[in-house]
Amino acid sequence: MSDTEDLLRELAPQVLVTLVRRYGGFDTCEDAVQEALLAASVQWPKEGRPDNPKGWLITVASRRRLELWRNETARRRRETTAYVQTPEPTPVPSIDDTLTLLLLCCHPSLTLVSKVALTLRAVGGLTTAEIARALLVPEATVGQRISRAKARIKKSGAQFRMPPRDEQPERIAAVLRVLYLIFNEGYTASSGSTLNRVELSSEAIRLTRQLYEQLPGDGEVAGLLALMLLTDARRPARTGPDGALIPLAEQDRDRWDADAISEGTRLITHALATAPVGPYQLQAAIAAVHDEAARVQDTDWPQILGLYDLLDGVAPGPMVTLNRIVALAMVRGPRAGLEQLAQCDPALAEHHRVHAVRAYLLELAGEPAAARTEYELAARRTLSIPEQRFLESRAKRLG
Amino acid sequence: MKYLILIYSNPQSRAAWETMSDEARMEFGRAHMRFGESLAESGELIVSEGLADPALGKRVSVQDGTTMTSDGPYAEAKEYVAGFYLVEADSIEHVVERVAVLPDAANGGIEVRPVFDHSILDL
Repeated sequence: MSDTEDLLRELAPQVLVTLVRRYGGFDTCEDAVQEALLAASVQWPKEGRPDNPKGWLITVASRRRLELWRNETARRRRETTAYVQTPEPTPVPSIDDTLTLLLLCCHPSLTLVSKVALTLRAVGGLTTAEIARALLVPEATVGQRISRAKARIKKSGAQFRMPPRDEQPERIAAVLRVLYLIFNEGYTASSGSTLNRVELSSEAIRLTRQLYEQLPGDGEVAGLLALMLLTDARRPARTGPDGALIPLAEQDRDRWDADAISEGTRLITHALATAPVGPYQLQAAIAAVHDEAARVQDTDWPQILGLYDLLDGVAPGPMVTLNRIVALAMVRGPRAGLEQLAQCDPALAEHHRVHAVRAYLLELAGEPAAARTEYELAARRTLSIPEQRFLESRAKRLG
Repeated sequence: MKYLILIYSNPQSRAAWETMSDEARMEFGRAHMRFGESLAESGELIVSEGLADPALGKRVSVQDGTTMTSDGPYAEAKEYVAGFYLVEADSIEHVVERVAVLPDAANGGIEVRPVFDHSILDL
């Protein structure tokens, strides 16, 4: 990513909140800012960066907004007098405004896919084309998603202001969910098509970091940022040269990003000591325990098991159940794990990863033939191509 | 997650179509239109198309570097794809809930298939 792109993405939400504060009308302002960003990305590299980049963007976007708004008003044949609405004097946007913007983009009236697209554009400063390439959907789909999302926000009557205090925890939880989804979208195997793709996991980390700067006391915000950093730290070791998946136990740990691990560990240690515990913090703590083991055999499985027990109490789910069983098997042996797997919820039995976990435990228990069958079942049921290749290779290896 | 919603034509659906009044046929089309619009409204629709009669299709095979086609291979087929919607949604349960409003559901003519992704989970 070039310096100009970096700067534009940084300034995008600031310029947008300035415009919204000044003129109101989130949807038109957002379009205007997007056009100003595009203009800057073309002009700046050619003509040089202006002395005051933010001022430049605000001026261009304001002008563009006026044009858009005039077209719109002319179209609706409004009274001419409406043109002369004088803009309010602008208060300098406080840092809280970016949070307000984030909350608006994750408004409960929107579907998850729309929240993702709108957040990436309005807060992340990405262009529609970049979002489309990153999400592997057509540009027209993203454009439509964004314009419909804005229309829906407008229709819902949501205003650009902080929601009432009692709604805030729920609204912030929705933002975290969107940011984590963006992170996971980006947490994919590299392939030829990644050329020119915005790295969504880095983008999610950047946005979560911004949120953390605004809400440093929120344990779950810190927990999510830590979780992302601690997970992303393993990225260099996660895939082989041919793009094949390398499981945690077999990764070359020298290739893990030590800086990201120490930052993530610092964040999660502080959050656990100072804030009420929550699911992101517990997941981050588990990731930190994995990351602090220099070799796989040094992993502190009893501690991981204890953390999964807590997580199971706070936020139970199929993945938590399965990962807890793996941890249990590491502490008490594969047979104990297999027993628990046999007893768990029948609804879970449909999940492809049940077969993957059973295969792994059978392999550890010295039953290669049964393990192979389970790997094959898991391979047939997974929805991920790299995971399928990995499971097939495991099955094959067991002959 | 992306899902492909396949709309099938089968003997049951064709028999039902034969007995429909013009108004009922119009309503059938409108139900699909409303469905597409509501998916676009929620931002979930990626693309959707209805397919022409299978008799107009070509089956393609290449042997020894020569491309050969045969016409309308499905003329006698009992069940064939008549249209599709490609959507992006949170879960297959959600998609199933959405497609239940389509008139084709009455004839067992709807299939929802998850699309492969490239996600990686730490194993």
